[in-house]
Amino acid sequence: MSGWTRHTGKAVALDLESVDTDQLLTARFMTTPRAEGYGRYLLYDLRYNSAEQPVPDFPLNRVPDASVLVARRNFGGGSSREAAVYALVDFGIRTVIAPSFGDIFASNAVNNGLLPARVDEAEIDALIDELRGDAAHVTVELEHGEIEIGSRKLAFTLDTAWRQKLINGWDDIDLTGHHHPAIARYRARRAKAQPWAFPAGKAAG
Amino acid sequence: MKTLLDKLWDAHEIHRRDDGASLMWVDRHFVHEGSHHAFAKLAGRGGSVAEPGLTFGVVDHYAPTRGPAASPEIARMIETLEKNTRDHGITCFGLNDARQGIVHVIGPEQGLTLPGLLINCGDSHTSTHGAFGALAFGIGATEVAHVLATQTVWQKRPKSMRITVTGRLAPGVGAKDLALAWIAKLGAHGAQGHAIEYAGDTVRGLTMEGRMTLCNLSIEGGGRFGMIAPDKTTFDYVSGRPFAPSDEDLDRAVGEWQALASDTDAAFDTEVTLQASDIAPIVTWGTSPEDALPVTGTVPDPSRLSGPKADRVRTALDYMGLVPGRALVDVEIDQVFIGSCTNARIEDLRAAAAVLSGRRAKVPGLVSPGSRLVQAQAEAEGLDKIFTEAGLDWVGPGCSMCVAMNGDRVEPGKRCASTTNRNFRGRQGRGARTHLMSPAMVAAAAVTGRLTDVRPMLGSEAAA
Ligand code: SF4
Repeated sequence: MSGWTRHTGKAVALDLESVDTDQLLTARFMTTPRAEGYGRYLLYDLRYNSAEQPVPDFPLNRVPDASVLVARRNFGGGSSREAAVYALVDFGIRTVIAPSFGDIFASNAVNNGLLPARVDEAEIDALIDELRGDAAHVTVELEHGEIEIGSRKLAFTLDTAWRQKLINGWDDIDLTGHHHPAIARYRARRAKAQPWAFPAGKAAG
Repeated sequence: MKTLLDKLWDAHEIHRRDDGASLMWVDRHFVHEGSHHAFAKLAGRGGSVAEPGLTFGVVDHYAPTRGPAASPEIARMIETLEKNTRDHGITCFGLNDARQGIVHVIGPEQGLTLPGLLINCGDSHTSTHGAFGALAFGIGATEVAHVLATQTVWQKRPKSMRITVTGRLAPGVGAKDLALAWIAKLGAHGAQGHAIEYAGDTVRGLTMEGRMTLCNLSIEGGGRFGMIAPDKTTFDYVSGRPFAPSDEDLDRAVGEWQALASDTDAAFDTEVTLQASDIAPIVTWGTSPEDALPVTGTVPDPSRLSGPKADRVRTALDYMGLVPGRALVDVEIDQVFIGSCTNARIEDLRAAAAVLSGRRAKVPGLVSPGSRLVQAQAEAEGLDKIFTEAGLDWVGPGCSMCVAMNGDRVEPGKRCASTTNRNFRGRQGRGARTHLMSPAMVAAAAVTGRLTDVRPMLGSEAAA
């Protein structure tokens, strides 16, 4: 995953609360290998009707090249399925702006270069009112925690560790490599002091 | 002065970065069919599994509950897990294993889940294992790959929340109602960023099954972690389980586990209190677990609300096909489902069977035990007969209709009374309408064909 500091694109509002992971990527598509791409499955049951025809006024159908999504509270609540993030990323979404996010979703997002930008609820309400279903020009400044969208300038909050990770495009497995000696020491200590913490029948050490 | 969270956290922290992220040791890691992304990531970088002895595979999400896999894709998901675990030397509770079942049921059942452990699984309901006083949380595929490669996970210490419940639960009211009550009160995002500790005499009075149900649902209120300090109930449950410590190891472990409690004057970032006597049997009416009301209530009326809330309720009622103001007990259902990691343990099946015994279900339904061992126990007690004589299907264990991945699903527009954990749009199948409730309440709904208050149907001795 490559890092980024600034993103310019089109934003669209999804005027919904609690867009959960089951809606972002419904279970029946989860047997798909990642290589095939998950973009077309994003919010499938909202974007397509039961006859598999696109719903014309669904925001992502009106603005299919949107790269920033504005939504209401509890975005990405529910399942730990990272494929919900794959669907957003493969569709082309780089940032989701919302008052709150599911905890696991937010960390999955950061692991895939997708910014979960938390913005005050009152500002989101005003923003959604202003955008309605139309596209707006947007610039996201990761370093400064700022978003310019339509006529508005918003500040977003993001954990420092997550900001660094998005900017640097860090791969945790590589980073953890530096800690191997400490991990080995911890393991040896635990096996000695808490042998019960290792499953019976599985040799500790 | 430390909270239980602090104690568990400090015991697992290997390193803390300046930015606040901690590198944590993982004592147990469970993988399931959905972990194929993580294994693919690991393969992509030519990595190996650091601790195959601390990793366990479980076939559950796609497990067929009747006959063979419903499609070649589903069969492939199961084969892929079995192959990945075999290739990496990981024990797998596969389809032909007598210990197979839902990961959050069999971890505890096998004694793999213990107090004081850090437990990860690529599944949000990993919070279930916190019922033992463990630090247990769901992770995504990138994190799963990281745990496979290093047996560690990066995590920032969450804020602490204590939910204290005091007093006696009325007959017919149980852990599921308790959980839905606090989620309705705080909202589906109420515990975001927090680890929840459940405390108070009501929680102490719950069995391990009840505690697991409560911790399981933490994620539905936004909490990635739910936990309960271990006590005699916990130690008794753990003792004698196949992978649990025994003899002196167990004594030594119990000695350490007894210290796993929040110090008396430890401070929590958020405190919530509930009175058990205020809690009635609860059902959900909408498309978020926070849309929960006592069964004696009525469908909310969006015209009495304003702003986004009114819109959300309107949209939810439209999806659910419900009329504002209607009594919940007048809502007719099409089918029932008893199962899932929330409510498919032996005690759950007993509670449902107690209601169904000698009665007939008006609607069809599935009863799927949480594991093969639960299945065997239920059959030994004759519960299967009660279900089948009532007209319900007694099927094999797995996630089944909780997530509709294995082919068991609710058809569009159909209404299901379900013991599961998510009433999200489309969760049980496209267009499916889900009402969450306890096993006893689902059994009552099966009997009348409507959402029903189970309390008048309980015998005098039956306290849920
Ligand atoms: S039973 Fe449902 S909630 Fe539990 S692990 Fe399976 S799919 Fe997830």
